[in-house]
Amino acid sequence: MPTATASATQTTTISAAAHLTDEQIEALGAELDAIREEVVSSLGEADARYIHRVIAVQRALEIGGRAALIFSRFPPAWVLGTAALSVAKILDNMEIGHNVLHGQWDWMRDPRIHSTTWEWDHATPAEAWKRTHNYEHHTFTNVRGKDRDLGYTVMRITPEQEWKPSNLIQPLTNIGLSLIFEWGIALYDLDFDKYRDGTKSKAEMKADLRAFWRKVRKQLAKDYVIFPALSGPGFLHTAAANLTANVIRNIWSHAVIFCGHFPEGTETFEEERLEGETKGEWYVRQMLGSANLTGSKLFHIMTGNLSHQIEHHLFPDIPSNRYAEIAPRVREICARYGLTYTAGPLPKQYGKVFLKIARLAFPGGGPKGSVTALPKARKTNGAPVRLAG
Amino acid sequence: MGVLRAIGRRARDAAALLTTPVVPDDLLGTMNPMWSTREPHARVIGLRRETADTTTLVLRPGAGYRKHVPGQFVGIGIRINGVWQWRTYSATSCPSDPLLSITVTVVPGGTVSGKLAHGTPVGTLVRLGPPAGEFVLGEPTPEKLLFLAAGSGITPIMSMLRTLSKERPEELDGAVLVHCDRTPRDLVFGAQLRSIAAATGMRFVERHTALEGRLTADALTDTVPDWAARKTWACGPAGMLDMLTEHWDRAGDPDALHVERFTPPATVADGVPGGRVHFTTSDIVADAGPGTPLMVAGEAAGALLPNGCRMGICHTCVGKLRSGAVRDLRTGDVHDTPGVPVRTCVSGAAGDVEIEL
Repeated sequence: MPTATASATQTTTISAAAHLTDEQIEALGAELDAIREEVVSSLGEADARYIHRVIAVQRALEIGGRAALIFSRFPPAWVLGTAALSVAKILDNMEIGHNVLHGQWDWMRDPRIHSTTWEWDHATPAEAWKRTHNYEHHTFTNVRGKDRDLGYTVMRITPEQEWKPSNLIQPLTNIGLSLIFEWGIALYDLDFDKYRDGTKSKAEMKADLRAFWRKVRKQLAKDYVIFPALSGPGFLHTAAANLTANVIRNIWSHAVIFCGHFPEGTETFEEERLEGETKGEWYVRQMLGSANLTGSKLFHIMTGNLSHQIEHHLFPDIPSNRYAEIAPRVREICARYGLTYTAGPLPKQYGKVFLKIARLAFPGGGPKGSVTALPKARKTNGAPVRLAG
Repeated sequence: MGVLRAIGRRARDAAALLTTPVVPDDLLGTMNPMWSTREPHARVIGLRRETADTTTLVLRPGAGYRKHVPGQFVGIGIRINGVWQWRTYSATSCPSDPLLSITVTVVPGGTVSGKLAHGTPVGTLVRLGPPAGEFVLGEPTPEKLLFLAAGSGITPIMSMLRTLSKERPEELDGAVLVHCDRTPRDLVFGAQLRSIAAATGMRFVERHTALEGRLTADALTDTVPDWAARKTWACGPAGMLDMLTEHWDRAGDPDALHVERFTPPATVADGVPGGRVHFTTSDIVADAGPGTPLMVAGEAAGALLPNGCRMGICHTCVGKLRSGAVRDLRTGDVHDTPGVPVRTCVSGAAGDVEIEL
């Protein structure tokens, strides 16, 4: 846990990694590299069968759910169909889409299951997601001003972010965002803020909007026109069922994702930290900036193994079915190096996030933080950061 | 046909509205890989041991299968340890046969050929690439045919002979086949070739190299005195094909000789320093060591690259050079003109290079 120390003028949060020397950080990095190497070299047939099975289950649920919803005027069919479709959409986005788009399954060399060919049941096109998520979020994790996932540009999620009056309603903003999360992501992936401040050209903006429109018109037509029409007199029932499934998926993925980086115990970082950051320091930042969720095997699958957020952020392109076996080793490394390994059940973690958002709706909010930089004396030629996808 | 195809396309487009963001073919392929037309599959339904190191796999192709022309090769993809590995093999069956046969000889040290020849039980699913290759007889069948084969080089010729003997046996009357291998036991398709010869009037010369030595230009003249008057199809080891090409260049009509190479000529290892290769479309960067084909380096880094024969024949793997230089690993030639097409399976990096793939 971050230690709060009182000083004469302000409260300062000291990074949980402040006690580590350069040598220790690089040794830690080497240990994590070794784990990575071990897992990558052991990938094989069992892993391939796993992802094929998950995809088959997802597709069976989707087909079954949509078939049941043809009879959506019959309440049991509505309930069963909506439930199956909700689970299908969650699996599609979480355990399959997110992870395939990270390139976790590229090693199989299967054009059918590959980060460059995959598209998912989500409002944002896979290409846009890969840019904002794989590159920006995974590279600049929890760096204030660089990782736009910190509050998704609409909320104040760390005390260091400047308070604005509009933050007063952010508990409501958060609930609203959770209901429409896929659309929030899609808008966010369009980078309107970058267009406004001039870092994104008009031509780029237009191209992104076109790609977005090509994708969403099909998504909307499927859920709110074509399948409802196939239900004949049950048109509205089916449209409502599809809307419900989309919203359930949104609430679920919002909860899981917000528990990944915002609960108490996770740290945020200053931009200067990136300068000359070594691979070891990058690993430390990923660990301290992420939090895990505890639960059953099925729970992990439904979260897309983002319940192993720490392991995912260390190794974004290792297949998700392997995070569970790495987790105890990463936890042991954290303990040995005296680093926080944040983990807890979903309701508890989500409660913490919610309280944090509520507190930060008002000015101030916790130790005004200059998170202490890691001990300096950096080499400037940091090892290149390995990125997924 | 055009109307039917248009209706089919409409139906597929309509179905795609229901299955978006995946296409109907993805769902069909999940239900049964044999139903996929975008990723054609075949099931192994029979195995025939031809010799100690050569096995014929009899395949029942699924949807999306395209028939070969006798002499062409097909891509065969097999999942080994979770990873799809592709190689090309000559089809040895007759195209009018509903089953497709390929005949695999184990390459010492080769993971894929060994797996296919000895580790692929009946029932295994393989993927099929489209048939390709220029090593075909053409229409009409030329008169006075000569076939020269050694070892597994008989495989593309076998498809030609099976097809002709089944459909137009009279055209094999007077043809000559010289087939070389170490001993009679090693000779792939020996018995079947003898019966084709007996049924059609084709002259079949078996050359057992353990006793008689390898085929030479002189031996050829002794065996087939009228070789220069024949249209010739030859397939076998690089040494034999080099000898034949030289002989036809010197003493015959080079246009009358058609050759098919199964192995790339020995690579020119020296002077290929390697480098970092950037596949710009996939946006993947890979290190290609000295003598490592760009394709191999890219695949190791997770890139999904077009690939076919993997020996510089079929041009499936071509990508445009954007910057830097590549060296042809077979000839040692350096290419550094931006925009030039590069065969990634037989090109190495000569320093850092960008390929549009």
